[in-house]
Formats: sequence, C-alpha cells, structure tokens
Amino acid sequence: MAYSDKVIDHYSNPRNVGTLDKSKASVGTGLVGAPECGDVMRLQIEVDENQVITDAKFKTFGCGSAIASSSLATEWLKGKSVDEALAIDNMAIVEELALPPVKIHCSVLAEDAIKSAINDYRVKNGLPALELAKTHH
Amino acid sequence: MLTLPIYLDNNATTPLDPRVLEAMLPYMTNMFGNAASRNHAFGWQAEEAVDYAREQIAALINCSPKEIIFTSGATESDNLAIKGVYEMYASKGNHVISVTTEHKAVLDTCKHIEKIGGKVTYLQVNSEGLIDLKELEEAITDKTILISIMYANNEVGVIQSVREISAIAKKHGILFFTDATQAVGKIPVDVEADGIDLMAFSAHKMYGPKGVGALYVRRKNPRVKVTAQMDGGGHERGMRSGTLNVPGIVGLGKAAEIAKQDMESDTARISAMRDRLEKELTTIEESYVNGSREHRLPHVSNISFKYVEGEGLMMGVKDLAVSSGSACTSASLEPSYVLKALGLSDDLAHSSLRFGLSRFTKDEEIDYAIGHVKEAVSKLRELSPLWEMFKEGIDLDSIEWAEH
Repeated sequence: MAYSDKVIDHYSNPRNVGTLDKSKASVGTGLVGAPECGDVMRLQIEVDENQVITDAKFKTFGCGSAIASSSLATEWLKGKSVDEALAIDNMAIVEELALPPVKIHCSVLAEDAIKSAINDYRVKNGLPALELAKTHH
Repeated sequence: MLTLPIYLDNNATTPLDPRVLEAMLPYMTNMFGNAASRNHAFGWQAEEAVDYAREQIAALINCSPKEIIFTSGATESDNLAIKGVYEMYASKGNHVISVTTEHKAVLDTCKHIEKIGGKVTYLQVNSEGLIDLKELEEAITDKTILISIMYANNEVGVIQSVREISAIAKKHGILFFTDATQAVGKIPVDVEADGIDLMAFSAHKMYGPKGVGALYVRRKNPRVKVTAQMDGGGHERGMRSGTLNVPGIVGLGKAAEIAKQDMESDTARISAMRDRLEKELTTIEESYVNGSREHRLPHVSNISFKYVEGEGLMMGVKDLAVSSGSACTSASLEPSYVLKALGLSDDLAHSSLRFGLSRFTKDEEIDYAIGHVKEAVSKLRELSPLWEMFKEGIDLDSIEWAEH
C-alpha cells in the first residue's frame, strides 16, 4: 500500500512534536489508543484566557498514518478556539491525508485525542466533561 | 556500489539466481514440448529435462527421483499432503496433530479438515518457538494418522527437532509431514536421516522461479500414498494431474543443484552477516531477538524494537525491504500470530521487524541497514509517548488504556 505525499510529508517532517507541562491548568492532555492495538497518541493543547488554543504538541506510537494524523491535528488546532477545535471531524483528516479505508481508524484516534485533550482542559478548569460520541473504533 | 532499496525480505521470496534463469530459458522457447507427449522428440526432450530436475532435487534431499511430485508451490504441496493423507487413510483414523505457528497454508488446510469432520490438535510452542516433544506424544490417540510440523518457521526461522518428532511418529506408526519451505536449500535436509514421510517445498524460496514446488512422498518404509486433489490426466503417479511446468521444474532442479553445491559456503557468509546485523541492532536499547537463537535458520533475524510500532518503522526504513509482525501490515489488524504464540505481548509483536538475507546480500548492504535502522528507531522513539513514559520510569502496564 502506497502512502500519500501528505502522509509522507508529515511522517518525515512531523509538526509540533513534543511535550507541554501537563501540570499547568491551561494545558489539556489527551492520551488515546493502546500499545497492544499498535497505536497510542498523546495530544496536548495550551489554551489562553480567550479560549483560544495557542499551542499544540503531540507524540504518537503508531504507523505512518497515525503519526501524520496527529501531526496534522496539531497544525489545525493552533489558533482555533476550543469550540472550533471540537468541531474537527475525523473525515476531514481522512480527506486531507488521503487515507485509505484501512487507515481511517488513525483519523478517528486523532479526533478522539483532540476531544480527550479538550475534556482534560475543561475538567481542570471546573467545567463539566463533554459526552464523547466516537470512542470505539 | 550500493543500490537502493536493499532487499532483506528473503523469507517472502528470493531473487532468481542467474544460473537458474539460464537453465530455464531454452524450455521457454525452442524446447517447449509437453513432458507427457510420449510420441515425438519435443515431448521426449521435455520429459528428459523433468527427469533430470527430479534427480537434482533428489540429490539435495537424499531421496529417490520417483518420490518427487511436482506442484505449483508449497501451498499446493501442503494441501495435497494433508488433505491427501486424510482422505487416503480415512479408514485408519481422522486425527491430525499440528502446531500453532505453522504457515497459513497448513493451518487453513487443517481448519478444512476440521470442517469435514476431522479432528486437529494444535500444539503450543515455548518462548523459543519450539514444541514440547512430550506434549506431542501425549496428543497422539489411536485415531491419529498424521503429524504435520514445519521444519523451520517463516517468521522467526526457528528449526523444530525434526528427528525427534519423526522418531515419535514412527514409534506410533503415524505419518510425518513437514512443511520445509524455509529449510530446503538453506540447511541440510535429508529425508532419510530426518525420518520424513512427506515434505513440501518451493522453488522461489531457494533462488528458483515462482509457481513451482514439490511434495516429497515416501515410497518405501512405509509406502505412502495421497489422494489426488485435482482430477485430470493422472500425471505424477496419479497424485497430481496437470501438464508439467517444464521451465519451472528445470528451474527448481537447477536451484536444488546450486543449493547443494554452494550451501556450505553460502551459509558461512550469510550467517556471519546475519550475526553482525543482529549484534549491532541489539545494541539498541530495549531491542529483543525473537525465537531461539540456537535452533535457527542462518539467514533470518526477527527483532522487536520496543516502544516503536513496526509499520511506522518500516516507513522509516524505506530504503530497506523488510517485513513486520505489526498488525497494520495486514488487513486483519491483528499482530503476528506466530510472535504471539511465542508469548510476546501484543505491543512487542507490533514492534518487530524480520530481516531475511540471501546469497546475494552484500556486506555494505548490511552496514547500510544497521545505520538506517538505528537512525529510524531513534527518530521514532523521539516521537513515541511510550518511550517518553518508559524513560520517566512509568510502568505502562499501570495505565488504563482505552479499549479499541
């Protein structure tokens, strides 16, 4: 199976790799997937007082498509409001990266990671956690 | 000169040896006869070539040329052996013993046997990939007609104790079939000394062409017969109908002859390269060799690089053609059942790469591979949240991972 140019680009030059200080109240961390399933994503966001995401970082254990999906997600998150970030749909990632059907789960995982990071931020700041629809894949 | 990409997937298939190609070419052009045409020179020529190939193969595995049944490859040979014995010896029993780490061609054939009313016992292997001989003997019942255990495994290269297995089979009067696809032409295989009754192998794993293989069927002590799985002209002593693939068979014969002649020197060179590759790659922190290192084919190394996912790693070593036990490489999304049978956790199975060397592998290719893999593992670990946690001393088993 050949990878799309965009997957190769994100894999070769991943954007926003790293770690934010998860003890800060302004940082939300999402850790999704499982080692035994072959992919784990950790996605972190830093949110300012206007509910805008000023920074996003990721680390991913997984195939090229999983790495590319999370790298792309961090790119999209920066500068978005939390509400806008919540609206990111996995199919947008599928389209942007031209993921084949067997790799759709990578995009679902990235969407889960975004929502999970936002929830972590919300809970830390005294807001109720949101119901997440897509958790199983 | 180094040409990229470098082929290190020789357990999947090997390149055709130029000497084999040369032997085959005339049988694709001028000497196109049907080996079954008994009444003209074209047929005689083809038949002679096939008979000569039989002799070349017989010399490699120490059997009589008459005991070689040509097939389309090892999958067909596996099917013919297991289904053929099951049908032929139905009056004696319906129980087959095999192993969980067999190739799919054997496992799925065994499943077929179960579907049509047979019973199959699948033996487990230990962490080295070897079966327990005591368990084998205990699995035998008065209905057991066949023991089907591979000679050497395709994923980890582990070589089973074939002589001990055949001794047990003989003691109980049970036939012993071995899928020797990975072993024939690579290590000495002697059907007499090894006590093998039926044996499957294939040309394209030993520098021959694709689409041709053979089933060895013993003719003496005991005389073994298999029921044909294809109806037709009654070729190959009635066990496998179909016009013989003369150029392919000539290629298999030549490949066998070269294997016999070059095995010792090839093995010395290849295993030295494999050992160097393995020694260097296991200097990487948290890397593990899978399967027995003692009872193993000389040209294979299967290594898990913990905290790095296999398919991601393969993408990182794009100048190397290797394979991975990772889920993502197959449509099933399940990691390698062979590695799991060896007791590897799913995450280690996901993190494995298989390196398969050949007689054409060069030292400088191994040098390149070592550097390339080291670099890719290190890059991916920088990206890996699991590596970061490991480095922070977090026990990954203590984390409640989301169901998937």
